[in-house]
Amino acid sequence: MSHHYLLPKISQPGKIGCSLPALDVPPAELPPGDLLRQELELPEVSEVELMRYFIALSKLNYGVDTGFYPLGSCTMKYNPKWHEDIAKLSGFASIHPLQPGESVQGALQLMFELQEYLTEITGMHATSLVPIAGAHGEFGGLLMVKAYHQDRGDKARKKILLTDSSHGTNPASAVMCGFEIGVVASDSEGNVDMKSLESAMDEEVAALTLTMPTTLGLFDPRMLEISELVHERGGLLGADGANLNAFLGRVKFGELGYDYVQLNLHKTFSTPHGGGGPGSGPVCVRENLADFLPSPLVNKNGGTYKFVSPAKSIGRIANFHGNFGVMCKAYAYIRSMGAAGLKEVSEEAVLNANYLKEKLKPYYHLPYDRTCMHEVVFSGRRQKAKGVHTVDVAKRLLDYGLHPPTVYFPLIVDEALMIEPTETESKKTLDAFIEAMKEIARDAEENPEVLHSAPHNTPVKRLDDVRAARNPDLRWEMRSQGVG
Amino acid sequence: MPSPYLPNTDADRRTMLREIGVGSIDELFEDIPEKVRHAEFKLPRPLSELELKKELSQLAGCNANLDNYACFLGAGSYRHFIPSTVEHVIGRSEFYTAYTPYQAEASQGTLQTTYEYQSLVCQLTGMEVSNAGMYDCSTAAAEAAIMACIITKRRKVAVSTTVNPTYRDVIGTYVKGRSLSIETIELGSTLSSDCACLVVQQPNFLGYLEEMEAHAQKAHDIGALFVAIVDPISLGMFKPPGQYGADVAVADGQPLGNPVSFGGPGLGIFACRREYLRQMPGRIVGRTVDVDGRPGYVMTLVTREQYIRRERATSNICTSEALMALAAAVYLATLGRKGLKHVAELCYHKAHYAAKRIAELKGYSLVFSKPFFREFAVRCPVAPSQINRALFNKGIIGGLDISGMIDNAMLLCVTEMNTKQEIDKLVEILRGF
Ligand SMILES: Cc1ncc(COP(=O)(O)O)c(C=O)c1O
Repeated sequence: MSHHYLLPKISQPGKIGCSLPALDVPPAELPPGDLLRQELELPEVSEVELMRYFIALSKLNYGVDTGFYPLGSCTMKYNPKWHEDIAKLSGFASIHPLQPGESVQGALQLMFELQEYLTEITGMHATSLVPIAGAHGEFGGLLMVKAYHQDRGDKARKKILLTDSSHGTNPASAVMCGFEIGVVASDSEGNVDMKSLESAMDEEVAALTLTMPTTLGLFDPRMLEISELVHERGGLLGADGANLNAFLGRVKFGELGYDYVQLNLHKTFSTPHGGGGPGSGPVCVRENLADFLPSPLVNKNGGTYKFVSPAKSIGRIANFHGNFGVMCKAYAYIRSMGAAGLKEVSEEAVLNANYLKEKLKPYYHLPYDRTCMHEVVFSGRRQKAKGVHTVDVAKRLLDYGLHPPTVYFPLIVDEALMIEPTETESKKTLDAFIEAMKEIARDAEENPEVLHSAPHNTPVKRLDDVRAARNPDLRWEMRSQGVG
Repeated sequence: MPSPYLPNTDADRRTMLREIGVGSIDELFEDIPEKVRHAEFKLPRPLSELELKKELSQLAGCNANLDNYACFLGAGSYRHFIPSTVEHVIGRSEFYTAYTPYQAEASQGTLQTTYEYQSLVCQLTGMEVSNAGMYDCSTAAAEAAIMACIITKRRKVAVSTTVNPTYRDVIGTYVKGRSLSIETIELGSTLSSDCACLVVQQPNFLGYLEEMEAHAQKAHDIGALFVAIVDPISLGMFKPPGQYGADVAVADGQPLGNPVSFGGPGLGIFACRREYLRQMPGRIVGRTVDVDGRPGYVMTLVTREQYIRRERATSNICTSEALMALAAAVYLATLGRKGLKHVAELCYHKAHYAAKRIAELKGYSLVFSKPFFREFAVRCPVAPSQINRALFNKGIIGGLDISGMIDNAMLLCVTEMNTKQEIDKLVEILRGF
């Protein structure tokens, strides 16, 4: 099959994949030879060979346009095609980030309005669009927490609390901001264990970061008490807003008592994930943190938009002003949905998740048997007893042409299967998934071998991760053919 | 009108509610305290695809775009020719609507192209290993500095004054976050022995080429790492970091097939010596075999990463810039050995033609007499802002006003996109001051 070779294999001296213009000015003298490169060992391929190679590879991939993609915590909703066209308009894609402000008023207006919309949607006071992805927004949020306490002369607060169900970026971001970590347990209902929080919430705690709904897909009914406790003890409350799809257009983080929240435009706001980016992770804050926001923000004075830096900004965290191309798509999304449309999004997302929960409950262990929000977390415990693991269930789903859910996260659920259908899937699609999951549950009992050896229909079968890590083969090497 | 993105019908909804055993969708939200469950949202009235396309095209039309204006602005974001192959590959929705490749068997397209990207970056930079990409050049440089602190167990990073000021700011934000310190140093001065690394940019922010071998030596003499920030297009003709002693090379991959897009998305290229592989931040793809012995690709060395290692991860990075890395791979493969060299040479010769003609004008001079690639600083007879206004009125976006650093100076950038005609027109307008 065509994809089993790499670029050097189709490379032949003298080929090229596009035509280029000749030099139209008199050539200059070259710099001293010790600055110059002797050999540039890049492949040489013709345009047709290049296109066939990459198109063959595209066919080995599974995207939202291929089929159902219920990857929990990732909100793999459909990405409207015309949003792509908007971001590609010359007036958006071909403008330089350092052009004079007067020449980019349209782009600045879009950014300003997006700041305003996100501020409104989260019920906060101000928004910075600079962070490049969710984890980058967490980083910005936590640096603001640090700056806030330092600004008040409170030097003791060097710890961030997070829950045992939190996403891996939460502790990693806290460490990048120089904090120590404290972990708060979840109780048997999947809520924050109030006793654990009570005892951990001391005067060394700078903030609690709490994903809401939690990564178990559950809304903590004691949310307001948690917020009160944290603030009473002088801490701040930060949200990992990755799960906003659960209550978009219905609930505001500000009204839940949060001091900051980072959003993932590449989840909730329908911009495509690109196989691992580009994303955009704006951070929205209450008034107390507004002066610390990452620079720059866009402000409006009279009819003119311009970049400004907040008074006590944590500074620059990226090259320019964020992933503008992604912002264009999120902006188009908000404008096409409106307030009522966004509320319907979360309604359908939650309806779809609860439907899957009810239909799959007889077949898979449900560790928290209560109404879920936009996603539901099952455990493969029942199948594990038969020697079938969650990884086997996931791999078998691939044979049905379905993308598996998130597996083995959150860490507190044994053999976790985290399913997030999103609102853009129809009952028909969900029913097909449910049927596949039922058959897999039956095979786990009656024919486990078919699960252990899955997948069978994919371009490759199960891959040897251990070998990959033990003898890292991370690149090809290409020796020049000796042709000058 | 029904929404094109919410495919359930009313009948579907009724069936589903019945199966769940609730009377209304509202009941599903009852865990949320009543008093915060019904927030009001003030957003503009929704519009259709047709209406919004029209409105947003008009908004885009309010910007002076580089398809209509000649551009001599660089300073970290560069307009280069993007062959159509790039758009047609990254426009495949199998690529752009996929998530991070957690399920390898369904993601061989993303994984194999990432392996190609890593290989091409190594070939281009002359470094031994590359990760799958980071946010942008500034965060890649910041993470390189932090990696150097971890490797050397030192707490201070030294950054040259000639590094792009925004990169310096971002490195500062990151290292201070970790309670480490940053020192900005003149390259001629001595390097204190407690530095974890020396960060130098090639060509530097002001456009001219640094003596990288000597700086690498200086860093190595005190046991520090040498971090080179490079320009990927320049590597078409100039010596790669792997050949002058860089331990880590970072770059912005935007010029490799990605539009300027008002500054983002960019792409942080991060490559280093193999011995630092296990301290490297970011995703890494490796080649392996499946149970039948067929070659295939997986994300590997994942015990460095946040989703496995949490607070002990080498970085918090999760979603990165995978699609931009794919664009860079397609770009490098399209141009290949001859094409990239040619593009670099076009930039070089056109920039030197422009510099020579401007230096001949009365009142103008080049600030530095050192070798440069495609950017150079010019001292002007009047404030650069005044010149830029005149240029703009004649359809040209001028250089970056750096009069804050050097009196009346402007940083000009010339790429293969600038025709001789454009350069001559620029020179004629400058002559008028
Ligand atoms: C709950 C949660 N938090 C944070 C993140 C990190 O977001 P990003 O990948 O955009 O950095 C993710 C996504 O992976 C997530 O699911």
